[in-house]
Amino acid sequence: MNNNGNNNKSLLRFTTAGSVDDGKSTLIGRLLYDSKSIFEDQMDHIRESSKRLGREEVDLSLLTDGLRAEREQGITIDVAYRYFATPARKFIIADTPGHIQYTRNMVTGASTANLAVILIDARKGVVEQTVRHTYISSLLRINHIVFCINKMDMVSFDENRFLTIRAELELLVRKLGIEDAHYIPISAKYGDNVVDPSINMSWYTGMTFLKLIETIDIKHDFLNSAARLPVQTVVLPQSEEYHDYRGYAGRVAGGSFKPGDEITVLPSLLKSKIQSITVFEKSIDIAATGESVTLTLEDQIDISRGDLIAGEGEMPLSGQDIMMMLCWFNERPLRPGARYLVRNNTHETSCIIRSINYRMNIDTLEKEASTESLKMNDIANISIRTSRPIFYDPYIKNRITGSLIIIDEATNETMAAGMIE
Amino acid sequence: MKSALQINNEHLKELEDEAIFVMREVAAQFEKKVILFSGGKDSIVLVHLAKKAFWPARMPFSLLHIDTGHNFEETITFRDDLARELNVELLVRYVQDSIDDGRVSEEKGINASRNKAQSVTLLDAIEELNIDVAIGGGRRDEEKARAKERFFSHRNEFGHWDPKNQRPELWNIFNGRKNVGEHFRVFPISNWTELDVWQYILNEKIKLPSLYYSHRRLVFKRNDVYLAWAPFMQLKPTEEVFEADVRCRTIGDITCTGVSLSEANTLEQVISEIAATRVTERGGRYDDRRSEAAMEDRKKVGYF
Ligand SMILES: Nc1nc2c(ncn2[C@@H]2O[C@H](COP(=O)(O)OP(=O)(O)O)[C@@H](O)[C@H]2O)c(=O)[nH]1
Repeated sequence: MNNNGNNNKSLLRFTTAGSVDDGKSTLIGRLLYDSKSIFEDQMDHIRESSKRLGREEVDLSLLTDGLRAEREQGITIDVAYRYFATPARKFIIADTPGHIQYTRNMVTGASTANLAVILIDARKGVVEQTVRHTYISSLLRINHIVFCINKMDMVSFDENRFLTIRAELELLVRKLGIEDAHYIPISAKYGDNVVDPSINMSWYTGMTFLKLIETIDIKHDFLNSAARLPVQTVVLPQSEEYHDYRGYAGRVAGGSFKPGDEITVLPSLLKSKIQSITVFEKSIDIAATGESVTLTLEDQIDISRGDLIAGEGEMPLSGQDIMMMLCWFNERPLRPGARYLVRNNTHETSCIIRSINYRMNIDTLEKEASTESLKMNDIANISIRTSRPIFYDPYIKNRITGSLIIIDEATNETMAAGMIE
Repeated sequence: MKSALQINNEHLKELEDEAIFVMREVAAQFEKKVILFSGGKDSIVLVHLAKKAFWPARMPFSLLHIDTGHNFEETITFRDDLARELNVELLVRYVQDSIDDGRVSEEKGINASRNKAQSVTLLDAIEELNIDVAIGGGRRDEEKARAKERFFSHRNEFGHWDPKNQRPELWNIFNGRKNVGEHFRVFPISNWTELDVWQYILNEKIKLPSLYYSHRRLVFKRNDVYLAWAPFMQLKPTEEVFEADVRCRTIGDITCTGVSLSEANTLEQVISEIAATRVTERGGRYDDRRSEAAMEDRKKVGYF
């Protein structure tokens, strides 16, 4: 473990999406199985369940099938997290379902992902769901997208079929401005190009799926943003030894901080210099994005939870009139004029919904104007007015300081996820 | 089989950063905060993370142990020493008291366990002590039903968990708002696997009860699982008690904690064995085997 300022990306978080039956569960099951991440007792369970369900072969998709209600319905209905590791990397999979009504699950899974895997049935090619999932991945700013063209065995491993689908996807990728896209022909059921190269598709010379996700460089995704630290809590030991100690604890949300750096605190705009950065008892020379640290400053200034410490360079934006892309999560609709709580970083305030500027048709990627309300799973551009200023970066610059959630004060539910423009 | 010690474990730093972030959110968003402390390695790791998160201040949490009365003796000594060393409040509530008060009835028969009864004692403790957040060592890799658990898991006024009505968790924004009488369970090490926990213990040189290392003890075998024997346990006529060198994979209620035959005396040896093993940790936990949906059912009524 080092703290030299480079992010050690030996952990990759990815999300999986696809229409029902495109083979998502089978792909994950295959990955876990071929990478030897499945334990014997789990395998026994699956063998038994497969038999009970009258399947001819052991059904690897049962591995990722979670709660009882789903087992009964035979579908996945929420975000489920899976883990596996190879000598190269540890992986966290956010497995999200492909139904229309569960856009919110995909948005949730995508919010923390470094990479998105989108499955396509080779027989069907690009369908509405493909467009929707690709759009959501790009909206949430997942930098890397891997399209797995699955069930290649059912189209005789035909290269032309793959190339046709690939060409169509490339158009979509260009339209959405996705920077890094990959296309792999696979058969999740039989394992072609998942962990081992396919002998049936010698025409494909790219990496297997596992090789790609083991080696893809995600380090650059974290560079180039300005230094940010949302303050979570103030550490006040109140002990003899640390009588005057005041530490500001938080997780670096962009760029990096070094002792001696000049910082500005929002909203007060007070300035000071970093005196020390510690992780537990150890003083460190640099705190990089993602690290949970405690800062002390050279001056005694008033800082509390919800404040944002900004480093040298570009300052965060601040304001009360905020425009954002929003995904609505609740059965009760969103209407202009309604009041909610809004939380970005560790900061919370009230807001009023001023207008719905347009609704995004996520199947056609067309903007629909004159929408009076938003339903569950709608994605739209809206404007809000906050009661106190919030401080942020545009979401395209920083996924942490540019994101927010909207909370219903009466029920405490998380109603929506917003990405500030 | 690759050796566990060869596995790249730089990802542990990121898991630690995440867990500390979650601990600090708990500190800021709740009033009466406890760490559920079972004496097992996961709860020991939680306490270690909490110590790191708030240094040089004392952690703003108490430890709460729900004591089934079916303990490994050493766990209790270990628990008391740790609380003293960290200077944190230790709260203990006893399943036996809930039984004596008629709040739960003792399970009878061969597979009797106090695991279910524990939920009642816990919920009573939460109510009695006005606890609004209980931090637990649950990990999503442990069991299917946990794979969908949130970091911040909302419990209604009955202490129940509704898998269909969970708050979505986006980015690193945790919504811990609640009404009076409701509480949260928070799982800072949700994203850790069993191997991650062990490697972290090794890297951080965290002290564990010696039960986790090879020791001689009286055991018996039931449905392919070795269980530690204790005088109050009922045996089937075909079951025999014998001595063996074993180590515990989890430490909880003695009646349902599986042990593995093992010679591993050091952490490195334990980790090598675990990396090579082909059975999940909970596979050795008898209570989950009783039905496939066992865990989910217990969770709905307020299990850890
Ligand atoms: N022939 C073939 N069938 C597949 C392949 N991948 C998945 N399937 C089958 O397609 C069905 C749906 O797969 P599943 O993984 O449950 O889809 P999910 O709904 O996306 O999770 C199952 O019957 C799988 O066995 C593949 O590569 N080839």
